[in-house]
Amino acid sequence: MSLRPLSIGFIPLVDAAPVIIAHEFGFAEEEGLALELQSAPSWSTLRDMLALGRIEAAHMLAPVPVAMALGLGGMATRFDVLSVLSLNGEVIGVSSALAERLRGAGHDFGFADARAAGAALIGAAGARLRVGVPFPFSMHAELLYYWLGALGLEAPQALDVRTVPPPLMAEAVAAGEIDAFCVGEPWGSIAVENGVGELLLPGSAIWAAAPDKVLAVREGWAEADEGRTGRLMRAIWRAGRWLGAPANLMTASEVLARPGYLNVPAEVIERGLTGRLVVTASGEEREAPGFTRFFDGAACFPWRSQAAWIGARLAERNGLDRAEAIGKARAVFRSDLFRAHLGPAGAEIPGASDKLEGSLDRPVVVAARSGHLILAPDAFFDGAIFDPGAER
Amino acid sequence: MPQKLSIVVVERDRERALLIIDSLRAAGDYDVFVIAEETGLARRISERNPDIVLIDITSPSRDMLEELTLASSPLDRPVAMFVDRSEDGLTKAAIEAGVSAYVVDGLRADRIKPVLDAAIARFHMFARMRSELAATKRALEERKTIDRAKGLVMKARGIGEDEAYALLRKTAMDQGRKVADVAEALVIAAGLLK
Repeated sequence: MSLRPLSIGFIPLVDAAPVIIAHEFGFAEEEGLALELQSAPSWSTLRDMLALGRIEAAHMLAPVPVAMALGLGGMATRFDVLSVLSLNGEVIGVSSALAERLRGAGHDFGFADARAAGAALIGAAGARLRVGVPFPFSMHAELLYYWLGALGLEAPQALDVRTVPPPLMAEAVAAGEIDAFCVGEPWGSIAVENGVGELLLPGSAIWAAAPDKVLAVREGWAEADEGRTGRLMRAIWRAGRWLGAPANLMTASEVLARPGYLNVPAEVIERGLTGRLVVTASGEEREAPGFTRFFDGAACFPWRSQAAWIGARLAERNGLDRAEAIGKARAVFRSDLFRAHLGPAGAEIPGASDKLEGSLDRPVVVAARSGHLILAPDAFFDGAIFDPGAER
Repeated sequence: MPQKLSIVVVERDRERALLIIDSLRAAGDYDVFVIAEETGLARRISERNPDIVLIDITSPSRDMLEELTLASSPLDRPVAMFVDRSEDGLTKAAIEAGVSAYVVDGLRADRIKPVLDAAIARFHMFARMRSELAATKRALEERKTIDRAKGLVMKARGIGEDEAYALLRKTAMDQGRKVADVAEALVIAAGLLK
């Protein structure tokens, strides 16, 4: 049987793992697909490649398809989200100088308490805190605005969020362009390795189930050839399941380390995969449970309520109508396609497509099509609950 | 008479920047400014307040320009990527050539087209130069390896240069591999046995 080629773009990051593993370990081949992986130099270029049809699918920042649906950003095309590739995986880090000030003020770099870390950061920051994020439409930016906003730091008056490409993040910290950053692995660990910064908090401490990366396709692509869509979704979902087994993470880090992928030492990649991170220049280690999640707790399911949360936040900051933005955002996360294509493949399918975001502070068993399903914690650090039903 | 278009070119490499300026100047009377420093890019651009920004799409710094498309952008005038307004697939052609253009809203397509056409032509040339350079480099490296392998075979077997090359070629053909690959394997093996 000859394999059907399918081009898929990615940014060299630890959380591109489901796409890379689907290709490297035969999950795509099993579905009759020959994935042609294309590494992109920037998120805007990856988005344009997908919008203009140079590639068929992409590893994408979850807020990008939502922003496009709201008419924000440079491109007028629309994307559909087929599944969530990973939850969380972001780290917040500070420059060495700011880390010193935090330590001087008695902060313990505990790497778990977002309220304590945020208060310490606000106390130690200068007049206006400058924070680098990879892209204006990213979970990194959303988590920062949410976290520091809830603690009273208003953007743009007291918070200046700037776009800095991840490979240049360490450089920007060293050059004094930014005081802090929120970035995906391996770039936080690389800043620590290079001695320019220290890690303050994992993104999961702000929102325990933030959809960080998604599998995106052009609007209409999924319906144009349903067989093809199912094959792609199953291959990527099985790669996610493989990544969900802790025993496989060392192997995964070796594969991701290759020059054609991340070209970063496997030991550094493993930190982001396992959530055991070196947070300070002196080599102190912290363990963050659920640092990046590829599978467990229905991590792959594209909840409409996740999209709604992103839409509501984007609307608020960009002066758009909230209810309308939520409506448009919900349509982007295609939980219907997930049900149709992955239910028969054995995925646990929740009974509903929305959940109360932030309501679970521990794993909870809920009704699912095949009986029951364990949902992982999704709490916000401030205990807030986002109810998408109350918004309509 | 509309005002002269101001164009910012984001390019680290001085030679390439000069070539882009040349081709833009040949296309029309524009006010062209080059930014080579990528830190604080959005701020540097907003200081110039240009009509058009051109940037290499392989540059990771392109993501910094995305801020210009937002309402809270540091630029006074909103910017869009030149996309749907081009009926002739200009954006697609630009992306394929390796250049991306950010254009202020409301700028007429007939004023943008000559700028983009010139940039596209220039970036096509860059791509060609890059692949030619890579091919030349590869050919040179292969020649060097084959020469070293030939020397090894000559010494080990006490044969002449032509004979040594013939032996390499025959081995390659027998194994269905390239002469350069066989030569490389030999050079590596010889290094190990030294």
